[in-house]
Amino acid sequence: MENLANALVVLSNFVIIPALAYGSQLALGALGVTIIVAVLRFSNFAHGELMSFGAMSAVFAVWVLQWLGISIAPLSTALLALPVAIVMTVAIALLTDRFVYRFYRVRKADTVVLLIVSIGVMLAMAGIIRFAIGPDDRVFDDGVRFIISVADFKALTGLKEGLAIRTSQAITIVMAVLCVGFVFWLLKYTRIGKMMRAYSDNEDLALLSGVNPDQIVRWAWVLAATLAAIAGTLYGLDKSFKPIVFQQLLLPIFAAAIVGGLGSPVGAVAGGMIVAFSEIALTYSYKKVATYLLPEALQPDGMLQLLSTNYKYAVSFIILVAVLLVRPNGLFNGRPS
Amino acid sequence: MTQRWQGILMYAIMAVMLALVGIIQGWSNALGILNLCLISAIMALGVNIQWGYAGLLNVGVMGFAALGGLAVVLVAAAPVPEALAAGGAGVMWAALIMAVTVVVAYGVWKLLPPSTARAWALVAVAAVGSVVAGGFYFPATDAIEAVDPSLQGYLGGLGLPVLVAWVVAPLLAAAAAWFIGKIALGLRADYLAIATLGISEIVVVTIKNEEWLTRGVKNVVGLPRPVPTEMEVRVMSGFDRLVAWTGLSVNELSSIVVKLGYTALFAAILCALLFLFQLALHSPWGRMMRAIRDNEIAASAMGKNVTRMHLKVFIIGSAIVGLAGAMLVTLDGQFTPGGYQPLRYTFLIWVMVIVGGSGNNWGSVFGGFLIWFCWVQAEPVGVWLLESATAWLPDGSGLRAHLLNNASQIRLVLMGAILLVALRFMPRGLFPEKTGV
Repeated sequence: MENLANALVVLSNFVIIPALAYGSQLALGALGVTIIVAVLRFSNFAHGELMSFGAMSAVFAVWVLQWLGISIAPLSTALLALPVAIVMTVAIALLTDRFVYRFYRVRKADTVVLLIVSIGVMLAMAGIIRFAIGPDDRVFDDGVRFIISVADFKALTGLKEGLAIRTSQAITIVMAVLCVGFVFWLLKYTRIGKMMRAYSDNEDLALLSGVNPDQIVRWAWVLAATLAAIAGTLYGLDKSFKPIVFQQLLLPIFAAAIVGGLGSPVGAVAGGMIVAFSEIALTYSYKKVATYLLPEALQPDGMLQLLSTNYKYAVSFIILVAVLLVRPNGLFNGRPS
Repeated sequence: MTQRWQGILMYAIMAVMLALVGIIQGWSNALGILNLCLISAIMALGVNIQWGYAGLLNVGVMGFAALGGLAVVLVAAAPVPEALAAGGAGVMWAALIMAVTVVVAYGVWKLLPPSTARAWALVAVAAVGSVVAGGFYFPATDAIEAVDPSLQGYLGGLGLPVLVAWVVAPLLAAAAAWFIGKIALGLRADYLAIATLGISEIVVVTIKNEEWLTRGVKNVVGLPRPVPTEMEVRVMSGFDRLVAWTGLSVNELSSIVVKLGYTALFAAILCALLFLFQLALHSPWGRMMRAIRDNEIAASAMGKNVTRMHLKVFIIGSAIVGLAGAMLVTLDGQFTPGGYQPLRYTFLIWVMVIVGGSGNNWGSVFGGFLIWFCWVQAEPVGVWLLESATAWLPDGSGLRAHLLNNASQIRLVLMGAILLVALRFMPRGLFPEKTGV
């Protein structure tokens, strides 16, 4: 019995909690991607950079706050900086829309053209971010590191294995639940949410019913940019802020959005969790779990690791391929292909 | 006719700019830029045949270029017999077992009706196959990597002439393109973009980590060259007279001669491809591709199999990118998996195609030249601009140091801005596609 408890603790510590946190970050990113697909009808390749921009704004705001001596210890200053990051990210998103994307929207340009435009935005934004903050790694979490540390947990339960919950992980999961709840409430019950869904389902009918497309597009960007800023900041808080990482996150985020079904908010959240859990579950070494569960005679020699962590992005890709082969519209039926 | 003269004028300006670099920064430098311009132009041609002819979004250019580079290692690197003896058989068995697994999985897929049972059967087949293959694979690769790790530690290549790799590279890239195209073509256009982005990341991760195959980030150096080395040039008969005649130093002149050799090779391939692509563009096949691009529904109503044609053109374009990737590694003489960055290998090529003019081969070639030139020259110019702009700041200023440190990032902003400006004000590019030909 104790062995089982120990095995479960190991599993939670190294698989379930990190995957929940990572999945939350992916879900928030994918939700932003999917909102843009639903309303503006193109895959925004600059979304990773939008997240990066949000995280960068948060880092700058944290520096200013620290310089001013303002803190909300024991929590991380980044939480205080988050509103600033959101405002900055929304501003940059609305500016790019006004000066870049609107031109093509008005002309009803092909979605593929908009995709290429977003590549241009991505390049420019990546350059600006790296120019402003530099390409290096930056750790900006200054709060208490652990809610429960391994030693506390061991003392509390008397188990051999410890469970550590990092503050950043807890914050990530709580924030993600709040954000997802807010977005769903907004889409389901508010006037603007209903207009958004109507516009997404059938543009012409929505316009005939008096929906103002400019307003819808503005709201879509506000939502997507807010989610991007939060996701980016949380990711940076959980790991560290490094501009190049967000470019690599593009694949898991799009995989999450497509797995769930592009344009489907529920799908984006589910997809984020599916991608994160498969990624971490497949690259975790189960040797320690096995030592508790299997009798000594059956103990394996190897690491019991299905895939080296270097190949974590391959997991997103395999999931993506499987979904494209079996259910190209995604598990939650997004926009038809 | 005016359009033709405009084009000739632009090429002439490009030639003058390269000549200016030659005069100011030295001819060896200028030829170095020219060689990379030629390779960029070939890559841009490959992307153009996908995007310009058929409207397919390939966001995985980097992956196909890397596969081309891998082909050079596999074909031309010197073989390592000890490594082959240590683990060659194990790797072969693992590959064989994986191949059998794929065949069995395909059989299960085809024979069983779609159901949950089929899904589990597939998972089971894949799991059993991977575990059995892994049993051979891991000991074998460990053994290979243990063979003289500081110098070798990999299987090596076949030791064939490097030009053979230029034939193998397109085939390797084409195989990857077939796999991706089969999955993602015929679905929404952005799925192909994401899928190609994915495969390119996987290819690069694989070549970085599979040390038994590519030495990973330890790089494969000293790949054979298709042209004589500087040392060989120096002892050629008549080289002394050339030195006396040009008045250049021996170092400089030998480097110029070697680079000219590469230039001749690359230019010959570029000309051949350009000729073939122009023929294709004006053939019934080219007209059909454009018809499909402009109206898929109408084209399929005329009996054209759109997905099949897309697959063909996607494979051809990717093969060309693979060839360019192989040429690049040949030029460098080394394979550096850590150097494959999507910004440099995927998105820069896209800027070339869009700026040059989608659907126009001459435009893509020009775009390759122009954008590579700007990319190379933007860094020194950016540093210089920032240095002058921040000259008023005190010497020890942290802000100044920060700005100068990150000056090289300016060229990303520049490339993004060029792409956006081109799309907005010149969507058909510098060399607009000729319509109604």
